[in-house]
Amino acid sequence: MTQQSMTMAKALNEGLRRAMEKDRRVLLMGEDIGKLGGVFRITDGLQKDFGEDRVIDAPLAESAIVGTSVGLAIRGYRTVVEIQFDGFVYPAFDQIVSQVAKLHKRSAGVYTMGLVIRLPFQGGIGAIEHHSESPEAYFVHTAGLRVVVCSTPNDAYWMIQQSVEHDDPIIFCEPKSRYWEKGDVDLDNPPYGLFDAVVRRPGTDVSVVAWGSMVKTALRAADVAAEEGVSLEVIDARSLSPLDLDTIADSVDKTGRLVVVQEAPPAASVGSEIVAAVTERCFYSLRAPGTRVSAYHVPYPPSRIEDAYRPSVDRVMDAIDRVMGYDQ
Amino acid sequence: MISDELVQLLTPEGERISHPEYGSELGRDEILGFYRDMVIVRRLCNESTSLQRQGQLALWAPLQGQEAAQIGAGRALAPMDFSFPSYREHGVAWTRGVPPRDMLRIFRATTTGGWDPQQYRHSLPMVVLGDQTLHAVGYAMGIQRDGAEEAVMTFFGDGASSQGDVLESFVWAASFNAPVVFVLQNNQWAISEPTSLQTKIPLYHRAHGFGFPGVRVDGNDVLAMYEVAKRALDNARAGGGPTLIEAYTYRMGAHTTSDDPTRYRVDAEVEVWRHRDPIERVKALLAREFGVHKVTFDEVAAEAEQLALQLREDVLAMDAPDPTMMFDHVYAESHPLVEAGRREIIELGIGGGH
Repeated sequence: MTQQSMTMAKALNEGLRRAMEKDRRVLLMGEDIGKLGGVFRITDGLQKDFGEDRVIDAPLAESAIVGTSVGLAIRGYRTVVEIQFDGFVYPAFDQIVSQVAKLHKRSAGVYTMGLVIRLPFQGGIGAIEHHSESPEAYFVHTAGLRVVVCSTPNDAYWMIQQSVEHDDPIIFCEPKSRYWEKGDVDLDNPPYGLFDAVVRRPGTDVSVVAWGSMVKTALRAADVAAEEGVSLEVIDARSLSPLDLDTIADSVDKTGRLVVVQEAPPAASVGSEIVAAVTERCFYSLRAPGTRVSAYHVPYPPSRIEDAYRPSVDRVMDAIDRVMGYDQ
Repeated sequence: MISDELVQLLTPEGERISHPEYGSELGRDEILGFYRDMVIVRRLCNESTSLQRQGQLALWAPLQGQEAAQIGAGRALAPMDFSFPSYREHGVAWTRGVPPRDMLRIFRATTTGGWDPQQYRHSLPMVVLGDQTLHAVGYAMGIQRDGAEEAVMTFFGDGASSQGDVLESFVWAASFNAPVVFVLQNNQWAISEPTSLQTKIPLYHRAHGFGFPGVRVDGNDVLAMYEVAKRALDNARAGGGPTLIEAYTYRMGAHTTSDDPTRYRVDAEVEVWRHRDPIERVKALLAREFGVHKVTFDEVAAEAEQLALQLREDVLAMDAPDPTMMFDHVYAESHPLVEAGRREIIELGIGGGH
């Protein structure tokens, strides 16, 4: 087994490089992804090695980046689109929801919309507004799209390759606050399927589901809870559409308690969907109501106060106390 | 002449006129072919309007008045070229070989598609205004990467010319020198809004601002449309980049069967355009210059009549699909929420052969 320690940013870069080496019809398109290598350097060096025809610096118009990628897909290309920041995806919303998501259906399967839309998302980097949002629910809500989230370098390396190879369009969410954290990458074998949820830490009292940046927050909460004698089972959802409800429900059937931790606001969120679906499946196992720890229903605040907006270990622990309190 | 900037090779009276840049050397058979195309698509369009009025279609978007713009542009396409229509391009679909019954499936509301777009190299109708122009440019970028000598043509209207996606597609086409021909059918009305609300300059002028040529053509002159479109496509295939063709025409009918144009435009305007009919001028040319007899015109009319009857029969035979079809092809690979829906509808006896 060839293992290498690298940052998530480097793992994505290596994963993209490998995907491009494997299939000459894989293209990259986005703003500043060529010479600059992207504002997060995810595509660093790729234009130099694969040329301007395959690593395309796009004019600054997100709807066109996605819309022309649709045309390229009809021609048989697989474009990995970089949206520079989460808050800039909305100009492309129509193309994603009305075209990318629907053309496979409308063409009765003739058009393959095998494109990947990379979305650096979530906050925690002290940015100005529109650079820290969590828009995953918009896309999960749309039939025809799949939504996945990496939370470790190993997942980043493999999930980006699995997404490129997959024939459905994939919104690929990257927790930008974790870009520079290192982890071991197994260069030989993918650890899991693209749409599998994974138990990151086994436990017995509460199932805590998180994705992206919040996986680490949940794991820290599990350390704190352990000191208090409460055992958290931390599940990294990894795929938000489809959701791996089997893995989550198996855990809840064991623990009887569910807490979902998300950086998105709570209304009509992925957390809402997980709580509702688990309640339908695990009603008789539940010893407390499924509980969401979310951001607040406000625009992303100025980042000097973002730590009060994003779920913290304290807020997760508060939810743990609440769900544990139902037994008393 | 509507404007001295307009490319016109055939007057409304059917007289040939010369143009400094464009000429037509088409012979009797080609021009008669255009005539036949236009008569047939108009007849099929009228049949479709009737079918809608009789409750057999959910909606119809008539093309009447725009036959020359669509047939001229569509016939200029080479077999390997690819076209991306809006929702009124039944004439273009006809030139690509799409069976008329397949064009009506979406209006019969039995599908959201209707035909195999790769087979006919003609994409599906696009109802969201202007989205297809970006698909066309992306497809053209694929042609460039394949090193193929092919071109793309995409259609939109004066209304859609205000859409951001259309303007972004102009930027992309220019920046990447994409082999794409934009055909803007300016039919003067975007439902109830006149072109003057969409633009303060002639629409074809916009191309110059983006860095590629724009041409205004008499959209009711099939010869001019064909020649201008053919040159633009040849230029695109040869690496010359994009062209915007503004087909200056008129929507003789309603926007769709749900529209009532008498609320926003006057009969006198429609009358003016009735005298610029795209079919009558070709008929006059054929009779005078090529000695085409009444019997030939009657044969074309009879063929159109037969196709209309066949279309009616085909449409009436189109039943609602099994409800489980809604779950097909949502994803290329299985998705649990889709499969749960499919199971439920079968268990409820709503679909799946019950």
